[in-house]
This record gives sequence, C-alpha cells and structure tokens, in this order.
Amino acid sequence: MRIAGRLPFALWCLAGIHLLVTFAGFVAPYRFDTQERFQSFAPPTRVHFFDFNGTFHLRPFVYAVAGGDENSNEYREDRSAMYPIGFFAAGEEYSLFGIWPCHRHLFGVNAPARIYLLGADGFGRDQLSRLLYGGRVSLFGGFLAAALSVLLGLGLGAIAGFYGGRADDVVMRVADIFIVVPWFYLLLAIRAVLPLQIQPEAAFLLVVATIGFVGWARPARLVRGVVLSQRERTFVLAARGFGASNLYLLRRHILPSAWGVALTQMAVLIPQFILAEVILSFLGLGIGEPVPSWGNMLAYAQQYHILISYWWMLLPGVAPVPVFLAYHGLADYLHARLQSVS
Amino acid sequence: MRFRGKSFWVFILLVVGVAALLGQQAFPQDWLRSTSEAGRPGGKLAFAERAEPKTLSPVTALDRPSRDVIRCISGDLIHINRYTQKTEPALAKSWTISPDGKRFTLQLRHGIRFSDGAPFDADDVVFSFKVYLDEKVHSPQRDLLLVSGQPMTVEKLDAYSVRFTFAAPYSVAERVFDSLAMLPRHLLEKDYAEGKINQAWNLNVTPDKIAGLGAFRLKQFVPGERLVLERNPNYWKIDAKGQKLPYLDELTFLFVSSQDAEAIRFQAGDTQIISGLSAENFAVLSRDQQSRNYKFEDAGPGLEYNFLVFNLNDDTEGRLPQVARRQKWFNDLLFRQAVSSAIDRSAIVRLVYRGRGVALASQVTPGNKLWMNPALTVPQYSIAKARQLLQSAGFSWNQDGNLLDKEGLLVEFTILVSSSNAQRNQMATLIQDDLKHLGMKVQVVSLEFRAATDRVVQSHDFDTALMGLAGGDVDPTPSMSVWLSSGQTHLWHLGEKRPATPWEGEIDQLLQKQLATLNYQQRKRLYDRVQQIVAEELPIVCLASPHILVGAHQDLGNFRPAIIENYVLWNADELFWRIPAGNH
Repeated sequence: MRIAGRLPFALWCLAGIHLLVTFAGFVAPYRFDTQERFQSFAPPTRVHFFDFNGTFHLRPFVYAVAGGDENSNEYREDRSAMYPIGFFAAGEEYSLFGIWPCHRHLFGVNAPARIYLLGADGFGRDQLSRLLYGGRVSLFGGFLAAALSVLLGLGLGAIAGFYGGRADDVVMRVADIFIVVPWFYLLLAIRAVLPLQIQPEAAFLLVVATIGFVGWARPARLVRGVVLSQRERTFVLAARGFGASNLYLLRRHILPSAWGVALTQMAVLIPQFILAEVILSFLGLGIGEPVPSWGNMLAYAQQYHILISYWWMLLPGVAPVPVFLAYHGLADYLHARLQSVS
Repeated sequence: MRFRGKSFWVFILLVVGVAALLGQQAFPQDWLRSTSEAGRPGGKLAFAERAEPKTLSPVTALDRPSRDVIRCISGDLIHINRYTQKTEPALAKSWTISPDGKRFTLQLRHGIRFSDGAPFDADDVVFSFKVYLDEKVHSPQRDLLLVSGQPMTVEKLDAYSVRFTFAAPYSVAERVFDSLAMLPRHLLEKDYAEGKINQAWNLNVTPDKIAGLGAFRLKQFVPGERLVLERNPNYWKIDAKGQKLPYLDELTFLFVSSQDAEAIRFQAGDTQIISGLSAENFAVLSRDQQSRNYKFEDAGPGLEYNFLVFNLNDDTEGRLPQVARRQKWFNDLLFRQAVSSAIDRSAIVRLVYRGRGVALASQVTPGNKLWMNPALTVPQYSIAKARQLLQSAGFSWNQDGNLLDKEGLLVEFTILVSSSNAQRNQMATLIQDDLKHLGMKVQVVSLEFRAATDRVVQSHDFDTALMGLAGGDVDPTPSMSVWLSSGQTHLWHLGEKRPATPWEGEIDQLLQKQLATLNYQQRKRLYDRVQQIVAEELPIVCLASPHILVGAHQDLGNFRPAIIENYVLWNADELFWRIPAGNH
C-alpha cells in the first residue's frame, strides 16, 4: 500500500536526524578519533558574542581554553585572543560517503582554539563529532538489522501462511525456538569464538546480522496471520480459478497486503534494535575503539568519577530518546493509516 | 580438724601462687614493644576488598584478598616493615647468620600463645616449614625456599631456637622469612598426615578450628558479604605504654565488586580505610575531604609496572599462521624500539593517572629506591625517531601513509587487554592512536580477565598484550620468575628449554649470580645490568606506574600507608581511634 497525504512530523524528524549522521563528516567539526591530549574532559566550549570589554561581535567567537595544573580538569579561557567561528571552514580531512575526500566542515575554529559544543571525552575527542559518527553505527545498525529481520519474516511468514501444512509447522516451530532463545548469551558465545582481530566494519556487519537474524520470528508470525486470511479471500480464489501460479498469487495479491504490517513492524523494531546495539556496545561486544557508537560512548559513564563529574559524557544515553519518540510516532501513524485503509 | 582443713587449702593456694610466680619468672613472656604512637583500645574498622578471599590457609593462598586477611591473622618469624622496607624481629626475637651466609639461627620469643591459647615453640616452626617445603603440597612459597634447586633444611636446637641451612649462600637472607605464616601444629598435624592440608582452612572453617599468631582472629564469615576478625587476646606485641595490641576490637573485610564500589562504600562511611584508589576517584573524593573528615594520601609510586609485551613465543609456527607472520616484526629489535619511542608515556601519566603516576624506564619503579637503576632514562617520545628506526629495518609507507613491511604486507596487529581494568583500556586507546602516527593499524581487543590471561599464558594466541605486574617485595629475587628464561611468568616467551637469545642467557646468569651474592652493592650492579638489558632489548615496553593512593578517616591513629602490599593494613595492630569507640 502507499502512504499518501501529509507526512507526519515524526518522519521529518527522522529524516533530519539521519541526514545529520549521514553527513557526520561535514557537520562534525572534527574526526571521531582526533585526540587532543591537553583537553581531556574539557567542558562544552562557550560561544561568545560579546568580548570581555563588552563589545558586540556579529560573528560568534570562542576563546582557547587551557587547563590549570595537570592533576585537575579545570579549564580557564585564555582571553588574550579571540577565535571567530568559521562557517564552511577548512579542517581535518574526511571522506563523504566513504568516497570523496573532503576538507570543508559546517563550522570550525582555527587552532590552537578548539570548539567542543558538547565537551570533550577523556582523550580530548570532541563529543559532538563522536555523537554524530556514533549515530551512524547505532541508527543504521538498527535500521539494517530491522530491515533484515522484516525481510526474513516476510519471506518465511508468507511461506508458512500460504503453503500451510508441514511447511507451516516447521517454520512456526523454528520461530518459537528463536523467540525463546536467550539471544544475549548467544551473542556472548559468538563473540568468544570469533578471531581476535575483526575490522570495525566487519564487527558492525556482524552485530547487524546477529541482531537481525535473531529477530525475524515476530514479524514472520504477523505476516503469516495476514497471509492466512488473504489466502481465502474471494479475489485470490478467483485468480487461482483462472490458473494463476502460486508465485503470481503471492507476489500480486497476497504480499502487497502484508507490506503495511511489515512497515509498521519495522518502525517498532528499529528502536528495539538500536537499543540492542547500544547495549551490546555498552558491554563491549559491539564496535571497538576508536570507532564510536552510542553504546560504547555511554560505556565510559560506567566509571564513577565520570558519572558524577562530567555530565556531557551522559549525552549518548539521551541521544536515542528523540529517535525513539519519532519512530514510535511513525509506527502509530502507519498503524492508523492501515486501519483507515482496511 | 576444721582448722587444719582450712590451713591446708591456704597452703595449697600459696603453693599454687608461688609456683605461678616462679613459672612466670622462669618463662617470662617476651613481648615485642612497638615504638609507634600509643593509642586507645576499642572500636571497629572496615575495609573493602574487591573479591572474596578464596581460602584462609597460608599454605595455599595466592590471591590478594586471601593474603590480606591471612596477614592479619598470622605471624611470621622475621618481618619486613612495610614502611621502612627493612627487616625487623617478629616471632624470632633475634637471629644470627653464619659468615658463609648459609646458616641462620633464630631465637624464638618465650611464652607466645596461638589465638586459641595453645603454646607456640620450635616444634611449630619445624612443622610449618615441613609443610611449605613439601612438594606434594604445592605451596606457592616453596620456590623461594630453594637455593640452586635445593630446599633449605630446618632443625630444632631447643624449644626456642631453630637453625635453617641453605645449600648455597642466599642473597635474600632473612627477608625470606617474611609472610611465611607459622602454623599451629596441634590443629593441622592430623590434616597434614592424612594429606588433606590443602583442604584445611578453606572458607567453611569454623573459628574454633583455626588459630594463628596474628593481631586478629577469625570471628565470622558471611559468604558474598563480609569477613569479620576480632582482637586476638594472645597477641605478642605491646605499645610504648605497655598496653596490649591490637587496639581495635574488630576488623571487617567487606566484599565489593569494583574499584568504583570501593570508593562509593568509603564515601558512604561503610568503610573507614581504603587503598588502591584510582587517580580519578582520588580527585573526586579529595574534593570533600574537609567536610567529611577524611584524609587522603598519595604515597608515591608503588611497585606496579604496566607494560606492553610482544608475543615472542616460538611455538606458533603452523599452529597460528597469522600470529607467526606478525612475529617477524616483533622479533625485530628495531621494530620494538620504534614502538617504544612512539609511545607518549607522559600522556599516559597525565590522562590515565591524572598526573599521579610516573613514566617508566625499566621494570623497577622509582618507588623501589634500593633497586632502581638511575642510569636508565625514560625513552623520549619521538615519532621522527620511530620512523627512522622503521625505515632502517626495511619498512616503508604506501601513499595512504600505512606502514608496509619488507614483503609489502600491511602492518596490523592487536593489543590484548583485560576488560576489567579501565586504566589499561585507556592506555591501549592512547597507544593505538600513537602508533597510528607510524602508519600501524592497531586494534584494541578487550577481553574478560581470564580469557585474556589464558591467551597470553596458555594458547599464545595474541600479538601484543597490555599488562601490569606488581612485586610483593622490593628485592628482585621474588620476581625472578618473570625474568629467568625458564620462569613460570616469562610472559613474552614461555617454556624456553634454554635461553632463546644471548641476552636472555645473560639475564639468567646475572640473576643466578645475584642470588648467591651477599653484598648489596654487588647485587645492585648485577640487577642494574638486568634492567639495562630489558630496556635495550625491549621484550616488554615498560610504560607507567601508578602512585599508591590511599585514604582513611581523620581520626584513625597510626595511619601510615606503605607502597608494598598491604598498603594500609600492614600495621593493622597499631591502628586506633582517637575519639571514643561507638562514634564510628
């Protein structure tokens, strides 16, 4: 089915967030792994319009900050020089879509000043840049895993519902097993038997594949239900009477009615799987340093001193909230549309 | 009759009284008089351990929590003062060493009793050493009691003197007696005869079945929660004013899960003394030092050294082709030197230890003033020099700046690190970034502690590993098993039949020589050379050592942290509360 009419606000939000993380290289002022070892746990940089004389500047600027003594994390602004924020400024090299090398960033300041809108972590890496890059892993990881499990569910659910009998029994019993398997232990076991060295990309795909593969059972059940009821509809019976093949029936008449269920399922599953990735990385089973994901960034907040001293280190835990709200909004919208259509 | 009967009892009483007086004169109790500040008795103290002790038996204890508890409930013959790092009399009030350095004659204190009231004498000493030296018992202390493969012999001269004889002069001398707990023969002889000494005094033991010569004795053990010790009424030390030690009525060990939990329990007031604080928690807790009546102390560098070890094992060929391929690089000294000079040690000290640590030149930390080789300097951080070294070793860079070896293979390897240690994980992330500047692709693999150790010690399936070791004593002898090519913890190359390289052969010779040398200056020269070889040949790249960070309640008297284990409880018998008990 097609979703017509005004797109909901939730979809715009999601599109915006995904656009931001897709162009993380451009939006982020720094790379995710650039360490600035004299800016460990630097607090969010203050953006000024007035200098200390009270003079107004149209272009916002920042001061360089320097630590006091090396045992403390107290930073003071060095007001001897102003560093205006440059827009579309040249900075560190990144590659757009992994192909084109690029130097332009949405904003940036000249060295030695650094702009940490959301503070820096223990290695002096920009938390905003890491959040954006980390969002790629977490958001697209969740999306891909959900797509994988919905596709699997669609295929297997259709087979089970359409052919019935033995095929139905086998698929549904396997689905039951997948639902009751404690997948967390499964993941622990998988990680333990893998070789030590896996590239971050491979680790990412592995996490996606595991989460997606484990989660196909619920969508498969839903799709089977839809297919079961569709199979007995008069238009299907009529088409069968005209000699339509099974494949034609599935493709033309039955699966299209399951699309809606599949889409709604996806909107429900994505946040679940994003959370799964966050939990996995939080426990050290996901993507490894220095590649960020919201989960492995949040893992730092396990440390007591970070938890109570640096609030900006908790932002990766807040970042998923708007995403989840948007996805739930979208799921509601899809559900409502489906009801009104059918 | 009645009168006579009464005087009879008076007479008996008199006889008993005189006999008791005479008895005391004949065998006066030899108290050990402490010179520390005299305190007041009473009060309780709690300390958090990061794990439960595995046993209470001094014969089998290996893990730190077990050893911490055992130190409080047992006594040794000669003790190393953790503060001065020198030996001092304990259960032996004096000793003489024969001129050839092979024979030790120890005089025991008279009138000492175990915590259950049974007397202690030379028979207990002989029994204890029989147990430690028994090969079937597999006591971890046994290795230290052998000189050139020969066990020491023990003979009883009389009830209060014992003679120990070594096969060759033994450089550690009387330090060897430290932490060898004297065992009560009357309780353990039966277990030993039945071959069950290893099961004795496990955590199921009831307080009446266990006795020791320490300041405290077992009162209660609650699995998973706490272990409570109470004052040993038969302890053999008195303070400057003649009061019996220890002062504290009770000493409790709480079991918590992590370093952070330790800090939180201390902040909550559940424990009143803490050691092994991370620099970050030290900073956090120090902030409200004043308002909460704590005092914190930075005791300076300890003996722990953290290092990057290269896998130089030679049993990987065929079995682990990937590892064997990478070992071509690790076996190249120039490669190891390049890695060493590309690591920014000062950044490790600054970021991981918040400045409360030191960069290392060798495995001996500046905390070990007696044995550090002052001629060695911390390798200078220089990417340029590292690149030069790699170039001269035949490495090159492709246009993306990635490092290639002679055969054009991309230089990629992993750093294995235990996930439970946050500091070492941070170090690994820093090193990963440092080595990126050389074009090396390094991945940090953080595994659970056991899994990580197994790979290093058992399967040898790793490239490099980031680890830490801490000696129990300043003397180099107890840590020889790391450096001898045949040693059990010779981490970079285990199970060598004979030294695999000439320099490992030289280290073996130097160490054996220092073991039989009695003169400190000569030993120092030998060990200086060992450190120099390690710094030059770099089987391990020494990185940094954290300071020992400790804290206690303001009112705790005689709180004197040391840099040797146990950092704060080594003088538990002298700790006391300045304000009346009940306020804690």
